[in-house]
Amino acid sequence: MTASEPIIRLQNVTVRFDRQTVLEGISLDVLPNQTLVLIGESGCGKSVTLKLIVGLLKPTAGEVLFEGKPLHLMNERELTTMRLRVGFLFQQSALFDSLTVFDNVAFGPRAKGGFTEDSIRQIVRERLQDVGLPLTVETKMPVELSGGMRKRVGLARALALTPDVMLYDEPTTGLDPIMTDVINELILQTRAKRPVTSLVVTHEMRTVQKVADRVVMLYPHARLTPGDPQILYDGPRDGLTDHPDARVRQFVRGEALDRIVELRGDFAEGDHR
Amino acid sequence: MSTDAAPSKPPWTLILFLVGLGDWSLFSLRAVTGVFSRHLKLRELLRVCVDVGANSFGVIAITGLFIGMVLAVQAYSQFHLIGLDTSLGAVIHMSVIRELGPVLTAIMLSGRVGTAMAAQLGTMKVTEQIDALACLGVDPVRYLVSPRFLGCVLMIPLLTVLADGMGVIGSTIICVEVFGIDSYHYWRHTANFVTLWDLFIGLGKSVIFGGIVGLISCHRGFQSGAGAEGVGRAATEGFVMSFIAILIIDFVLDMLTSALGVILFAQGSGNVA
Repeated sequence: MTASEPIIRLQNVTVRFDRQTVLEGISLDVLPNQTLVLIGESGCGKSVTLKLIVGLLKPTAGEVLFEGKPLHLMNERELTTMRLRVGFLFQQSALFDSLTVFDNVAFGPRAKGGFTEDSIRQIVRERLQDVGLPLTVETKMPVELSGGMRKRVGLARALALTPDVMLYDEPTTGLDPIMTDVINELILQTRAKRPVTSLVVTHEMRTVQKVADRVVMLYPHARLTPGDPQILYDGPRDGLTDHPDARVRQFVRGEALDRIVELRGDFAEGDHR
Repeated sequence: MSTDAAPSKPPWTLILFLVGLGDWSLFSLRAVTGVFSRHLKLRELLRVCVDVGANSFGVIAITGLFIGMVLAVQAYSQFHLIGLDTSLGAVIHMSVIRELGPVLTAIMLSGRVGTAMAAQLGTMKVTEQIDALACLGVDPVRYLVSPRFLGCVLMIPLLTVLADGMGVIGSTIICVEVFGIDSYHYWRHTANFVTLWDLFIGLGKSVIFGGIVGLISCHRGFQSGAGAEGVGRAATEGFVMSFIAILIIDFVLDMLTSALGVILFAQGSGNVA
């Protein structure tokens, strides 16, 4: 694979749950070592996109490729190998309740095998230090941690196997502004330490401004005019603020729909198309 | 007059039932084969065995004891009228060992352990812990369900023996100590009619019930809907489905074992000396 070939590719992907269409005809390339931030309103399919990439969900139509190989053609072993190269920070951290922080972070290396307990201990300590947690948290249970600490343990767990691709599902949701910045810094640090391709799903424009090389904005399928593309924007972070599409500006500025209509009349004139 | 018949509607209920049954069968196959894979962790198996076995000890003992006593009270009035008091031991002990012991133990297991399993796995699903397992290269069914299935299968025969024993003790206390039935003839009739074959049938049924309870409860947990309501519904469905399955399978197994008893011993299975 050359540097210009995408490490992840979504080709004409459609996802439906029962009668509800979440994604329709999405095509997206993620290049190696790029940090792509996926933004959009709640329910537009951002988290679904991340789950498609690791094969937790299967597309209704279209295909997802990892390093050029379609996921649906991978056997169980290949899918596992692929997943071990991808770190996933879940929205609610998804720490295993019954395991200590140490065992949570050590889970990946233990599951993969080939590590001694000493080397696993070394990995866990390094990752906890990387995310700025004291070693005293090792013995704590997830319920004893604050939201920010849980996110950081989740990040340490995702990084334990030094993944080539990191997927962040709303990494700063529910955190205070300072902790939000801490997590953003950790995303930057992760990339600075070693080459890693990152896909970040977020609502937070501060995260977009801080970490994004490229921004993709999805629009909820249910509110699209038939025939319109679901990807409203695909480009650098600087091009968002004054984008000609009112829907993009509305999201970036966090303005309510009624206010847009009242102040600009954009939607009434239909210039958002 | 038109001769066109109205188009018949597809039998959706039947189709959904068959789809669900197929999904459960594949899930169960994966869980059962997982018992023989490297994913099975001895520590987790021991934890499940303690939860299923040791922690159910008290409730099963009390259930068995009182079922035996109630049976004795109910049956005595009828048997006493026709002068067959001493046959009570054979009838009650046969009922307890072949039917009530295995069935009530399985129902108690379903209520106490099955609902907890469904709720625990449902919570893991809605908090994305099951997705996290898959992302860390572990098969969630084999990791989570196989030890629970095996724990149920291993522990339920022991619990059934306990329920049988307590049922026999309870009925003997009532018949011999309270109603004053002659203990020699009471035990003599029991020895004549209740055989190792009956115990074998009872324990064999209990193993099947245990496996069914484990697989149904875990499957409902994996299929849990979102939120507290979804998890609660999964737990309830797990119990109701297990309960119905136990009764249906009990009936089928009774028919089969009765026929088998006739073939093997050339007489009624309940009268094998």
